[in-house]
Amino acid sequence: MRAAEVAIIDYGVGNLRSVEKAFGAMNCEALVSGDERVLLAAKRLVLPGVGAFGACMSALRARGFDELVRERAAAGTPLLGVCVGMQMLFEESEEFGRTAGLGLLGGRVRRFPKELLVPQTGWNQVAQRGAHALLTGVEEGAFFYFVHSYYCEPTAREVVLGETEYGAAYASIVARGAVCGVQFHPEKSQAAGLRLLKNFAGLEAGES
Amino acid sequence: MLAKRIIPCLDVDGGRVVKGIRFLSLVDAGDPVEQAKRYDAEGADELTFLDITASSDRRAIVSELVRRVADEVFIPFNVGGGLGTLEDIHAVLRAGADKVTLNTAAVEHPEVICAGAETFGSQCMVVAIDARRRVTGDSSSSSSNGAASGWDVFTHGGRRNTGLDAVEWAARAEQLGAGEILLTSMDADGTRDGFDLELTRAVADAVRVPVIASGGAGRLEHFYDALTVGRASAVLAASLFHFGEYKVSEVKQYLRGRGVVVR
Repeated sequence: MRAAEVAIIDYGVGNLRSVEKAFGAMNCEALVSGDERVLLAAKRLVLPGVGAFGACMSALRARGFDELVRERAAAGTPLLGVCVGMQMLFEESEEFGRTAGLGLLGGRVRRFPKELLVPQTGWNQVAQRGAHALLTGVEEGAFFYFVHSYYCEPTAREVVLGETEYGAAYASIVARGAVCGVQFHPEKSQAAGLRLLKNFAGLEAGES
Repeated sequence: MLAKRIIPCLDVDGGRVVKGIRFLSLVDAGDPVEQAKRYDAEGADELTFLDITASSDRRAIVSELVRRVADEVFIPFNVGGGLGTLEDIHAVLRAGADKVTLNTAAVEHPEVICAGAETFGSQCMVVAIDARRRVTGDSSSSSSNGAASGWDVFTHGGRRNTGLDAVEWAARAEQLGAGEILLTSMDADGTRDGFDLELTRAVADAVRVPVIASGGAGRLEHFYDALTVGRASAVLAASLFHFGEYKVSEVKQYLRGRGVVVR
């Protein structure tokens, strides 16, 4: 079996087709798969996520993909968490009490304060805070499409690649080595989002 | 900062975009994918497809349309019209829609909102409310408290008065798990005299989820008014964009000039 360039992890949640199509629009080969062999062999993994954090973690765990993702990330395989997929990279979320995440990045996931309209729905800007191959050709202050009620609060400042203002500034792009996460939906963010996906498809194992 | 959204709406029948002429005859107005791409290029922030297909094979037609749009348009899109069950919602989301809009089904089976929000997340669940100003002395309203807003909720394409109060129903829909409210003023719809600002603001003030104002857009300042005075998070228009009176980009340029944050 030839290794997929990008495998989008299918664990029964979310709209994965649009992520696959977005890679395709940039001439990047990507496929949606729930097959362990494909996910173990793929050169890069995308961890999507939509809906509740706990439900996503349970579904991931039920298929044993939590361990798979941890192992592959530890081996340096480029990983991109999208939306709740980004949130799952962290240690825990306060959604419905406390739910443990994958713990690949230090920090927790918190709910937006009550005075804000939740979910944050729509296009917001990302101010770049760090350098990473993921951001190549992405304009400073570019708009991306967000839909979320919770946000990530990383322990270490240096993992924050981009920040977005909603009530206060929060981390909207993170990366530690090849473990990356974006809070917005790049597949729904026109040119800037597609560029970011293309950049991800070009990351090599162990690269940062 | 979070930008205010401009959302073109496309009415779809049998997989084609249609336009009603004075609410009577429908004319074919093109391929939904081509229209969607045009709006996408003009800077639309998302798209809403309203399926008015009455045929029994609607589910297959809608899924096919959604699939084609999802393949080529990289902005969020929302599909509504005739969705009543969790299976309907799942089919549309699986085909590539980002969210669904429920109207009549939300009123008749509010548990669908809860179930949808639990299964797919609140962000997927948009509740559409068609509201009409209550005529004084109208006894059809069963609103329970004296602070009733003065707008009734209609279902079945505006044909049936539910007697629900629009502001109360919006708040209830939020509690049930709606992530957005698509609010259409039946009084303003089609008039081009502007959105019903009083209604929009009453609902926007009563909920903590985004409100999309719809019905009545005719001039550029109407969009500005809905987003400022009306406190809407987004504005939706169909014919104004469709017949090319304004491009989405022109609306945005105007709003930007008046200090509204747009993409």
